[in-house]
Amino acid sequence: MKAFWSRFRRHKAAVAGLVVVLLVVAIAIAAPYFYPVSPWKMVQRPFLPPFANPAVPLGTDTLGRNVASGLAYGARVSLLIGTVSTLVALAVGVPIGALAGYFGGVVDDVLMRFTEFFQTVPSFALAIVLVAIFQPSLFSIIIAIAIVGWPPVARLVRGEVMAQRQREYVEAAILAGQSHLTIITRQILPNVVSPIVVLASLMVASAILLESSLSFLGLGDPSIMSWGYMIGAARTVVRQAWWLSVFPGVAILISVLALNLVGEGLAEALDPRSSRDQA
Amino acid sequence: MKKKLLGTLATSLLLACSLPGLAAAEPKEGGRANVVVQPEPPGLMLGILQNAPTQMVAGNIYEGLLRYDEKLNPKPQLATSWTISDDGKTYTFKLQKGVKWHDGKPFTAADVVFTADVFLRKTNPRTRASLAYVDTITAPDDETVVFQLKQPFGPFIRMFEVGTMPIVPKHIYEGTDFQANPANNTPIGTGPFKFAEWVKGSYIKLVKNPDYYEKGKPHLDEIYWHVIPDAAARAVAFETGKVDILPGGSVENFDVPRLAKTKNACITDKGWEFLAPQSWLWFNHRGGLTADVRFRKAVSYAIDRDFAREALWNGMGKVSTGPFADSTAFRDEKVLVNYSYDPAKAKALLKEMGYKGEPVRFTPMPYGETWMRWAEAIKQNLEDVGIKVDMITTDVAGWNKKLGDWDFDLSTTFLYQYGDPALGVSRAYVSSNIAKGSPFNNVGGYSNPEVDKLFADGAVAFPDSARQTIYSAVQKKLSDDAVYAWLIDLKFPTLTHCNVKNLITTGIGVNDGFKDAWIE
Repeated sequence: MKAFWSRFRRHKAAVAGLVVVLLVVAIAIAAPYFYPVSPWKMVQRPFLPPFANPAVPLGTDTLGRNVASGLAYGARVSLLIGTVSTLVALAVGVPIGALAGYFGGVVDDVLMRFTEFFQTVPSFALAIVLVAIFQPSLFSIIIAIAIVGWPPVARLVRGEVMAQRQREYVEAAILAGQSHLTIITRQILPNVVSPIVVLASLMVASAILLESSLSFLGLGDPSIMSWGYMIGAARTVVRQAWWLSVFPGVAILISVLALNLVGEGLAEALDPRSSRDQA
Repeated sequence: MKKKLLGTLATSLLLACSLPGLAAAEPKEGGRANVVVQPEPPGLMLGILQNAPTQMVAGNIYEGLLRYDEKLNPKPQLATSWTISDDGKTYTFKLQKGVKWHDGKPFTAADVVFTADVFLRKTNPRTRASLAYVDTITAPDDETVVFQLKQPFGPFIRMFEVGTMPIVPKHIYEGTDFQANPANNTPIGTGPFKFAEWVKGSYIKLVKNPDYYEKGKPHLDEIYWHVIPDAAARAVAFETGKVDILPGGSVENFDVPRLAKTKNACITDKGWEFLAPQSWLWFNHRGGLTADVRFRKAVSYAIDRDFAREALWNGMGKVSTGPFADSTAFRDEKVLVNYSYDPAKAKALLKEMGYKGEPVRFTPMPYGETWMRWAEAIKQNLEDVGIKVDMITTDVAGWNKKLGDWDFDLSTTFLYQYGDPALGVSRAYVSSNIAKGSPFNNVGGYSNPEVDKLFADGAVAFPDSARQTIYSAVQKKLSDDAVYAWLIDLKFPTLTHCNVKNLITTGIGVNDGFKDAWIE
């Protein structure tokens, strides 16, 4: 762990990314303490520009709602949707990939054709259709993002497991009489966790982007304030009130960038080859 | 913001004051009006097509027997005078002399009889419904038309507007298949402007009718109706001066104040008195919380209509106080319950009924950004008094279906009232108009035999004082029951460059044609 941290720390951009991610997490957790009233509450006159009133530092929107409060609560939504949908995608993708990679043959064929079926549909279009069918809600959005997110996980895990399957330690485990389930979960998966962690961090970022795009198109959960919704609602007034789209836009940009940097840092820190080079 | 709006309203008053006779300057002859038409109309044969953009363009080509001022009083157009018999059953119109169709043929009473008795009965369902009260339509001579009704029908005098009863040429349509007549592509009317050219996807050009029967009119030489599909591009076209007139609804509401502040821009909310669009919140009366009158009243008190009017409708329109819109006939403010914004009252009512935070489903009308923002504001108003709201968003098709299937508790909407309660109000309240499948009938399912009877009697009562008594009673009943939460009597502002004068002179607005308009 210590060695991992020292490798990660060498990557300056990744550390900066991590700081930003932790900051966003802190804002998300602290949102109700800073802004006890709902971000939907109309608190001031509409279209108040930023920095004009200390109570609403980033101005107000078309209905006089506090933009800063919206950003803070939006952080919760983005992080929640990003992490939960990624966990769901992992829960689906990892077992399918592991089974396909471990057993090979017919099992592999069937599972991979099934995976490809999902991969051939453009993911954003599929997400739109799913959300539209199931009514926009937090639950349907998470499910939709997970459904378009799991196939790459399955393919990655399958490849990694396939490579491990040939190793001597797996043969030894089989000879020792361990069950297939034990071998997959106890022997192989711990060895392929690094690429999964890297992929997961990038998936959180893309899930945030996907949720923002859905909300921008008006397919967000109508009762949660999200960054994508804020930009979508500001689109028609972009010439009168720049701050309504700029602040949430910057929030999305920074968060996604930070998550990508962290992902890259993880990839390098967890890659055994890079550690050997440095040794 | 408020100050600026007052400013723009003052400008609009100035614009409105430039009515004929009051105008200080002499009208200038000639010139071209550039107008936005959105979306492109499917055709211009007003007797067959009723789409809003068709009405807007074709109101220059065709004419009705009458026009209506802002108070909905009838004014002469193709008819110079009219009389209604004492029993309310015989309407006699004297027609203009010397009127010619655009192809040079003379206009006579036979055209009016053909239009009302043959043509529109076949092509226009809304007109047909009202013509059901008519027994015979005759022309004793070339300049007189007589409508003989089976029983008195008060709204009948409000039926002669150009959109409802455009007079069409008998010599072109008699004995033909109206829908398939090739003349539909080159409409022939009696109006101040003639159809000249239509480049699909680009513009429609109308030119001055030099033989127009009102001497000295029209003032303009030509009108170009520009087809610009994107709202932002329409706003830019106005800013750059490519177009001079943006009829109501052609740019986003949020863009209106910005454009109104640009150089040489004038704004008016006049010209919607006849259509009188009224917005309200549907309650589903079939069960659940919204079947409880205390809950409906609580919602009515909880909504801040003044805020929505200022923030979303640019301070235009009027806060609704009851089921009859501000400009609809027989409105009676005295009998109405005052449901102005009062969260304390709303909370007290909820407490009285023992409301425990059960959620209501709110399925707002998805007609663009303004309506979605409004739904969010209403939801917040309701949550402020403690009502839990589940907002269900969907597209227009999904909304039509949900309302048509009665699968909702609350929903926003707006309907035209056409000046008279029998034409545009009763349809949302009478039980005979409850039917699955349409989002524009009595969707809420309010059913009250007393109200049914009052509306039925009101339509055929005579004279107007008898109708007033009946309609006052019905308004009191609907208001006491808080049948729906009436929101705002909407006005869709028309933006023009200030050198366009005398554009809106009637209660029908731009749809009544550019007969009196001129450009400085």
